[in-house]
Amino acid sequence: MDIRRIEASSVTSAVKKLYMDMNYFIGEDIMCALKTAAENESSETGRNVLAQLIENNNIAAEEEVPICQDTGMAVLFVEYGERVVIEGGSFEQAVQDGVRQAYIDGYLRKSVVDDPVFDRINTKDNTPAIIYTTIVPGDRINILAGCKGFGSENMSAIKMLTPSAGIEGVKQFILDAVRYAGPNPCPPIVVGVGIGGTFEKAAMLAKKATLRPINTKNTDERYAALEDELLCEINKMGFGPAGLGGDNTALGVNIEYFPTHIAGMPVAVNICCHAARHSQCCI
Amino acid sequence: MTKKITLPLTDDVIKDLKAGDSVLITGTMLTGRDAAHKRLYELIEKGEPLPVDIKGEVIYYVGPAPAKPGHAVGPAGPTSSYRMDKYAPALLDMGLKAMIGKGKRSKEVVDSMIKNGCVYFAAIGGAAALISRSIKKMETLAYEDLGTEAIYRFTVEDFPAIVAIDSMGNSILVEK
Repeated sequence: MDIRRIEASSVTSAVKKLYMDMNYFIGEDIMCALKTAAENESSETGRNVLAQLIENNNIAAEEEVPICQDTGMAVLFVEYGERVVIEGGSFEQAVQDGVRQAYIDGYLRKSVVDDPVFDRINTKDNTPAIIYTTIVPGDRINILAGCKGFGSENMSAIKMLTPSAGIEGVKQFILDAVRYAGPNPCPPIVVGVGIGGTFEKAAMLAKKATLRPINTKNTDERYAALEDELLCEINKMGFGPAGLGGDNTALGVNIEYFPTHIAGMPVAVNICCHAARHSQCCI
Repeated sequence: MTKKITLPLTDDVIKDLKAGDSVLITGTMLTGRDAAHKRLYELIEKGEPLPVDIKGEVIYYVGPAPAKPGHAVGPAGPTSSYRMDKYAPALLDMGLKAMIGKGKRSKEVVDSMIKNGCVYFAAIGGAAALISRSIKKMETLAYEDLGTEAIYRFTVEDFPAIVAIDSMGNSILVEK
């Protein structure tokens, strides 16, 4: 079985590019959804807010400056082909170097503190990034990357529902989380939902769901229908753009699911602001 | 209709601002967020002087991104205000006149705003690149070691905001 050699520096430059690009250039999925929202919004304030968000995203792309000052904490889902060998350094270090270089050279905000409780001293380069790696067959490295702002991250929630809660319990928990978040997470939001697995698996699925383009659907039509139904219910809540009232509280709901235990039905809701920044590459 | 207001805010101007009014703000304001508020609050608790005079000031809850060469400031949109709720009443009691941020405020903050005749403006979260065009100058005032969380003085021209909660306690924020 042939191995494939990849220089650590190639990984670093790929990661650096991902982070600079995602912070300057909003995805087509979000830009289209904002434009559609601006067309159907009944609140005048809401329409003004949406017009300003579209203008903001255009300015960011033109000037190559971040869309939002909160350039987030870096989270990467990596599928690492088992035939890949990294040369000239370690994979972990190569990724961290890419994030470091993007945040320093790209004029992105450094928002990470070293110790969460006692010191809270800024690491000054936005590392460490959070990296979830899965070993897969093949000789490629696939990276799905996001940068997560904490205005919306703080509004996320998880609950260990039990099977008797059923689909109604799932819906209620998700809607309660969005209702509690209200105007805080920079609506119109993207709602990432993870259902199943274990406590931490559900949260990881929810994060991964926020990184899926909002113009895609879950491939299981039952979950796809649930995504549509929840989006409709959320937009009836009336928080609207910037929480100042209106029809567009969410741009999309993405659900990911996984097998779970006979006794459980974990549900995690990871809320993302309208600046839902994500990107991917294959090395 | 958009009202043009200049800083510092007078009590008459504050009384005239109603929840829902769109404003364009010109003048100078302070910045501060979580870490700076914590330090200010600890000084107030100990009865020690603050490194900046907050009387009559407006504070903008923001941690700007670094400025690119040739830019006065990097993208600088509002951060969530509720995290400053624990500290805000003490600052309002000391003469702070207005806050700019995004999202909900606690009952304690709103009560203190009514008592002290203060106003809370919402800037649009995530419109950071757009907002930064109205910020003409940025100087460091205190806590430089905090980096983005330091207290800066912003000089702004036609900074766009909306009166989210007025000095009577009326709010346009949608809450359930």
